[in-house]
Amino acid sequence: MSKPTTLFQKIWNAHLIAQDSDGRSLLHVSRHLAHDGSWHAFRFLKARSLPVRHPDQLFATPDHGVSTLSHDFAMIKDPDQIRVVKALDENAQTHGFTLFGLNDERQGIIHVVGPEQGITQPGLLIVCGDSHTSTHGALGALSFGIGASEVCHVLATQAIWQRKPKTMRVTIEGELGPGVSAKDLILAIIAKIGANGATGHVIEYDGSTIRNMTMEERLTVCNMSIEAGAKAGLIAPDQTTFDYLKGKPYAPKDQDWQVALAHWKTLKTDEGAVFDHSVTIDASALPPMVTWGNSPEEAIAVTGHVPDPKLAGDLTREQSLQATLDYMGLSALQPITDAKIDLVFIGSCTNGRLEDLQAAAEIAKKGKAVVQAIVVPGSSLVKQQAEAQGLDKIFKAAGFEWRESGCSMCVGMNGDLAGEGVRTASTTNRNFRGRQGINSRTHLMSPAMAAAAALKGHIVDVRDLLKGESA
Amino acid sequence: MKPFTTLVGIAAPIDVPNVDTDQLAPARFLRKPREDGYQKFLFHDLRFNQDSSQKLDFILNQPSYAQAEIMVVNRNFGGGSSREQAVWCLVDYGVRCIIGSSFGDIFYNNAVNHGLLLIKESEQTCQALREQLHAQPGAQMKIDLESQHFTDVSGTTHDFEIEESRKKRLLLGLDEIGLTLQYTDQMSAFESTYRAERPWLFVSR
Repeated sequence: MSKPTTLFQKIWNAHLIAQDSDGRSLLHVSRHLAHDGSWHAFRFLKARSLPVRHPDQLFATPDHGVSTLSHDFAMIKDPDQIRVVKALDENAQTHGFTLFGLNDERQGIIHVVGPEQGITQPGLLIVCGDSHTSTHGALGALSFGIGASEVCHVLATQAIWQRKPKTMRVTIEGELGPGVSAKDLILAIIAKIGANGATGHVIEYDGSTIRNMTMEERLTVCNMSIEAGAKAGLIAPDQTTFDYLKGKPYAPKDQDWQVALAHWKTLKTDEGAVFDHSVTIDASALPPMVTWGNSPEEAIAVTGHVPDPKLAGDLTREQSLQATLDYMGLSALQPITDAKIDLVFIGSCTNGRLEDLQAAAEIAKKGKAVVQAIVVPGSSLVKQQAEAQGLDKIFKAAGFEWRESGCSMCVGMNGDLAGEGVRTASTTNRNFRGRQGINSRTHLMSPAMAAAAALKGHIVDVRDLLKGESA
Repeated sequence: MKPFTTLVGIAAPIDVPNVDTDQLAPARFLRKPREDGYQKFLFHDLRFNQDSSQKLDFILNQPSYAQAEIMVVNRNFGGGSSREQAVWCLVDYGVRCIIGSSFGDIFYNNAVNHGLLLIKESEQTCQALREQLHAQPGAQMKIDLESQHFTDVSGTTHDFEIEESRKKRLLLGLDEIGLTLQYTDQMSAFESTYRAERPWLFVSR
């Protein structure tokens, strides 16, 4: 009998082309995803006069720099963004890869589009010049972000050199309570293991909580694996995965579906396989989470208090915590629900899918936004589906802005930014200093929590609104 | 790529943990042409006020550290976004070596593509080195990649580990694509089997 292996190891083995004398592996890339920011890599390729080795394995859509007010190209005002969005079109022409352009109904954030189109499938090795490529692991694909030089390398060779990462199993058991979502779970995991807790590791998530999650919830969990430092996040494919993929445009059809399905069913960690690290989480006890600081690990229960730097233990750490509180405009030990919110952002590759918008709309129904609140669907198809369900009308009636899809305020490259000192309740993935605008303050939370903050004007426990309290 | 052999240079301590790549290279500069240089964007919003004047309390704005070619940093340096521009900012500024206890995985891989040597040391060692550098502003450290050791400002020598392939690429300034294309026959053989087994992946829609 062969040695029990992990899902990660199986996918790794299936893509191994060669090893060098230093123990590094050359891996075949099944699908390479690109976006407007891939501009640099295409320029590096051109400078070397190299072709794209396999254009049929490359899929792209503009997302980082696109306007969310309108997808009319003329609405992009920044010359730098105009240049790169245009260049993506030109590169698709030159090299012959698949592009879902600005006005294509399949346009969207690349990490929403890949699964939505069925381009992301179990057992594939997927890379993209974007750290949130970890998202695609939710379907059981080994997927990770790479830098521009590596993107150029993959364009030229359809392969990438990697040293084998370690493995970490995160087992989550129990049922999430009302008002508690996949976002709260992943924030709690990051808070527990730290922003570098999984550095050098591929995380495999498992347990009853994960098994009971929809595909969209799993995508949220895997999306933020990188915020724990993980190389990738993985969830073994199951019936939920297969049901999700069936009928998607790029999913296998007919006889191919049967062949693919038989293969996908083998993609799981064998009983007795060994992980380098294991972590267990009880999901049933989990409250809604919110970040107070400038790293995603700085997350607490919404019922909690801002930490006291004096309890940090050493002076350097105390000073660094105090600097964070000063930046965030918070004081030690204040209840986090005291934090007044100036702006709300709902969207991103973390929380810009249909179920996220549904969860936010359920809360938006209960009142009116008292601050500016922006809803940016994760893709143009998500926008269409949401409109078909009347979610746009619910948001607009509650005073939320309903926009076109794109990365928007998650990365702030398209001009959607928070001003100096502005405090944002955001469904995105990074609360880094200046991420959403110079000297702006970001609190990460779930879509329902962000919608609740819009109605109340401060951070609020969404469970209070679900109890029927009027807004 | 400029080969890295030995380096004697000023070292600056960066005390805060979790210095993400957004701090190293803010998003609004990421679409600037590479050839125009990225040195002015390094730590931009920590280095400069909005009127472009220098923030005097930032370490690289202190004259003793302004010419730093080496940094000793805290845990999880370079985490977050995959933006390679973080490395471009550092190397264009003149930084050639960073000593820290842990680095973001993607940042770690990006660094070698631009001749930036990252050395992993324990948290305790890094903290001690940073304290030395605060005590002796502008002091120099010496890095010797070939023999895999560096000398701190007190004259103590420390050995460090580095993967053989990474060391070779840094020493010779080697380009990875050129090396990989030598594997073309193996890649082609692999690809034909892979494609034959998964025909549905290669149908255009």
